[in-house]
Amino acid sequence: MSGAVGRPVDRVDGHAKVTGGARYTAEIALPGLAYAAIVGAGVPSGRVVTIDAAPARAASGVLAVLTHENLPKVAARPRLLPSLLGAPAPGQSFFPMQDEVVHYFGQPVAVVVAESHEQAQYAASLVEVAYARTPSVTTIDEGRGGAYEAERLFGGLMPGREERGDAETALAEAEVRLDLSYRFAANNHNTLEPPATTAVWEEGRLTLYDSTMGIRASQLTVAQLLGLPLSDVRVVTHFVGGGFGAKAMTWPHVTLAAMAARHVGRPVRLALTRPQTYTSHGHREEQEHELSLGATRDGRVTALRHHKLSITSPFDDWAEPATGVSSQLYACDHYQGVHRLIRGNTMTPTFTRGPGETVGVFVLETAMDELAHELGIDPVELRLRNRAATDPRGNPWSSDGLADCLRLGAERFGWHGRDPGTRARRDGDWLIGTGMAAAAYPVAFFMPAQRARARVYEDGGAVVQAGTQEFGTGMLTVATQVAADALGLPMEAVRFEAGDTDLPNTSAAVGSAGSGMVSAAVHAAATALRDQLVALAVADRGSPLYGADPAAVNVREGRMLLRDRPETGEAYGELMRRNRLADAEATGSWSPPPLDTPHGLLTFGAQFAEVAVDPELGLVRVRRMLGVFAPGRVLNPKLARSQLTGGMLWGLGQALLEGNRMDPRHGRWGAANLGEYLVAVNADVPEITAEFVEVADDVVPLGIKGVGEIGQVGAAAAIANAVFHATGRRIRELPLAAELVMDPPGTPA
Amino acid sequence: MRPLAYARVSTVEEAVETVTAAPGSAFLAGGTTEVDLIRLGIARPGLLVDINDLPLTGVEDLPGGGLLIGALARMSDVARAPEVAGRYPGVSRALLLGASQQLRNMASMGGNLCQRVRCAYFRDGLSPCNKREPGTGCSALDGLNRGHAILGTSEHCIATHPSDVAVALAAFDAVVRTSGPGGARRIPIDDFYLLPGDTPERENPLAHGELITAIELPPAGIARRSIYLKFRDRESYEFALVSVCAALSVRDGIVAEARLALGGVGTKPWRARHAEARLTGAPATAESYAAAAAAELAGAAVRRHNAFKVELARRAIVRGLTLAARGGAR
Repeated sequence: MSGAVGRPVDRVDGHAKVTGGARYTAEIALPGLAYAAIVGAGVPSGRVVTIDAAPARAASGVLAVLTHENLPKVAARPRLLPSLLGAPAPGQSFFPMQDEVVHYFGQPVAVVVAESHEQAQYAASLVEVAYARTPSVTTIDEGRGGAYEAERLFGGLMPGREERGDAETALAEAEVRLDLSYRFAANNHNTLEPPATTAVWEEGRLTLYDSTMGIRASQLTVAQLLGLPLSDVRVVTHFVGGGFGAKAMTWPHVTLAAMAARHVGRPVRLALTRPQTYTSHGHREEQEHELSLGATRDGRVTALRHHKLSITSPFDDWAEPATGVSSQLYACDHYQGVHRLIRGNTMTPTFTRGPGETVGVFVLETAMDELAHELGIDPVELRLRNRAATDPRGNPWSSDGLADCLRLGAERFGWHGRDPGTRARRDGDWLIGTGMAAAAYPVAFFMPAQRARARVYEDGGAVVQAGTQEFGTGMLTVATQVAADALGLPMEAVRFEAGDTDLPNTSAAVGSAGSGMVSAAVHAAATALRDQLVALAVADRGSPLYGADPAAVNVREGRMLLRDRPETGEAYGELMRRNRLADAEATGSWSPPPLDTPHGLLTFGAQFAEVAVDPELGLVRVRRMLGVFAPGRVLNPKLARSQLTGGMLWGLGQALLEGNRMDPRHGRWGAANLGEYLVAVNADVPEITAEFVEVADDVVPLGIKGVGEIGQVGAAAAIANAVFHATGRRIRELPLAAELVMDPPGTPA
Repeated sequence: MRPLAYARVSTVEEAVETVTAAPGSAFLAGGTTEVDLIRLGIARPGLLVDINDLPLTGVEDLPGGGLLIGALARMSDVARAPEVAGRYPGVSRALLLGASQQLRNMASMGGNLCQRVRCAYFRDGLSPCNKREPGTGCSALDGLNRGHAILGTSEHCIATHPSDVAVALAAFDAVVRTSGPGGARRIPIDDFYLLPGDTPERENPLAHGELITAIELPPAGIARRSIYLKFRDRESYEFALVSVCAALSVRDGIVAEARLALGGVGTKPWRARHAEARLTGAPATAESYAAAAAAELAGAAVRRHNAFKVELARRAIVRGLTLAARGGAR
């Protein structure tokens, strides 16, 4: 491909977004629209004894109050599976308001429908619910005694244990051994746009406007829950204000909106309030890790034992799979990864940007830093020394790039000549330190075939369609670029349409897989159309290309021409008009390689950070961050950088700020708004650079490995390692709060 | 949202009369806290009386070099006023380090003084909270209390007072001018803020219908070299873990006069009088500053998650006094 792909073109939807023209789900105006509000359970465990809805029903504008007493039962309980699979994808296997049992704080116990959003919210506050509360478990500390080893995770998709060699023996025999414990507070996604759903029934058919990362997942899930034929459910989503995993699954509020609309016989919008988002679409769970690392004196890792303990819901074995990368990143014959779970009174945790591996890699990469320090080996050199040439099964990487990322990063960052001594550099009240980490993220291939459609009109304009959605990643833009190049058209001639399940289907855009799989389907459709028109031309006696070998024909600026004699050819339009075709159309699809493809599948990168630490006051300020990544083909460097630097900033937040804690007495989150749950603000953002290492990959779609999550992986570890370099103190807990970072009394300056 | 009525008034007298006459009514100025609390269902006024048309936005000179700041002056305007920045740089800096630019552009000085606490248990509308529902208990005592106060607490409430500027105003003996059903009053700022004691629901002595009209800053030469330092988890839009307003007058190496007030650690803007007493007449040295800090913090009462604040405050005080002794810079 040449042309639009690879160029840093502006977002095709940029103008609409900055001028307010882009309509988000909660802005869809419909005649007769009513508004729903959820009443969340006020206790974390127990049952509803009585619900007095009379005051709410009497409030002005109220159309209905739904509770477990009058809400119809759902038709099925879909299995919990990641939405990437293309099957129904409820965020949890539990659906609320089917009986009186309360499993977690905020669980919907009633839905109020009213004429206005404000009336619905107010009436919701009038619903009086009496509970019989039972003891709850909402923290690891409360549930530690009941921990069990998970056999399978992700609704059975992944094993809970990963083992090779004999880690115990290898650890016992190791020349150097580290045994390290880590604690991580829970994280919440906090998309700028809280999830919303607008449901419209027309003659038994349901249209949902849904704020989702996967319109197909919403369609499949709601159809199954309501017992509807798939052909009767359409999901429309044009713009989504951030996903980060919060909208990767189809959570109960989506179906509740449809049920409320059916009940009142009017279109209904259900928009979650900001506090409700903390108890409506999962979270990154509180977790503890134990890492034991064995190595030789010359820094070769010989054994890794990585155990994770986390808290899940009463109904699902969910854990972020934290050992997918730690089991593969370094050549190590003896490995044991185990996930242990505690059943608690929370909703089922879910994907949160870089699920599992951002935490798992933090553990591994801060431990590697400890090893480097212990052995007096440069941290970059230690990674290079242990780099795995193949995956643990002995399969070559589909593409690698780790060594180049490490080397280029070290060079660009100015790593060489770094004094490894801690607490050695000062700038006024601040201690300065630098740190680095390797990064890797799995390439996921669990999706079914992805489809797209392309059409060219005789006027030379094209419409290309796929049932994906734009949630800020730039999908509309990159798909337009790919389609334009495949069709041989300028980008301006191509309109890419998405956001509707009536279009050819794709899976939810999750796991950093969206741009790759959708681009591959778009490429297939556009190429099929181009081939179709070239075939028509070479068979058309009226065409200057008549009789030519189709393989010898190029298309440029909408003109088919002979590669060797570019003056010979004609435009698509000329061919189509002569053949009385107003338009031509083709579909295309892309299927992932089989799951047992003999390739290792990781995206690699390297992260570097410089921090300033005020050791007296425990303040950490990041001065600069550099990430170098090998994500395969980069469709649009501007958008890819935006994804990667955004991910790095998530890493900054993960390292320093983001953390939510349960108050175990009440079984609810301590923070449920953006005033209490801290994310980085502009003033926290340092100089931040993302660079690319080019790697060719013919296993992944169009050579694209994805940029959605790799930017975050390793960023927090690089910062924490820099904090150690600055202060000489190792903190194995996130976020790195002031009370952890500040020197204990009596610390020598 | 609950139904509520709205009225707009144009004189102080009308404002006072309107609110006094309507139980359950409240003044509305910048609304940056009030509207949040209404949306959360914590404040439930039946009538909001909009006072934004009142002519209370000026910053004027007082005889002797003091200032009179109108209650409706916006935080950002006051911070930028040359008189404030020149004579009370600690006040200006405290304003600029508060909230966000957008909030500072809206929030009024009088409203700032009246802002409610950020305790999550107060604001969640669900938890037992003596401030919100007297007699129900304090959830923060044995709850998530990292951000809570260590000075001026009681067994009924440990919520931290959130204001930055009130800390600087406390350091310079500001006086709150009010107009109410009983006439006009002048309330020293230290008396304006009440310790929670066993009535944490009462945060200030304002009667229903009593309106803050202005804030007096008495003349204080020492304030010209005052500083305000704020330490927090992130760089902007965040409340203080600890903040320090300090000014020192040093002659021949001896502290002649000291002003010190703390934010982020007290249930009210904390004028550090114990520390000031220790400092006055003491050598201007780190040892004196540490002793002063220790004297002030001797009465600190910590809970499970906020014990670190004692040491943090001690270090912050030393940092602040050291900077103030150098004549300030921040």
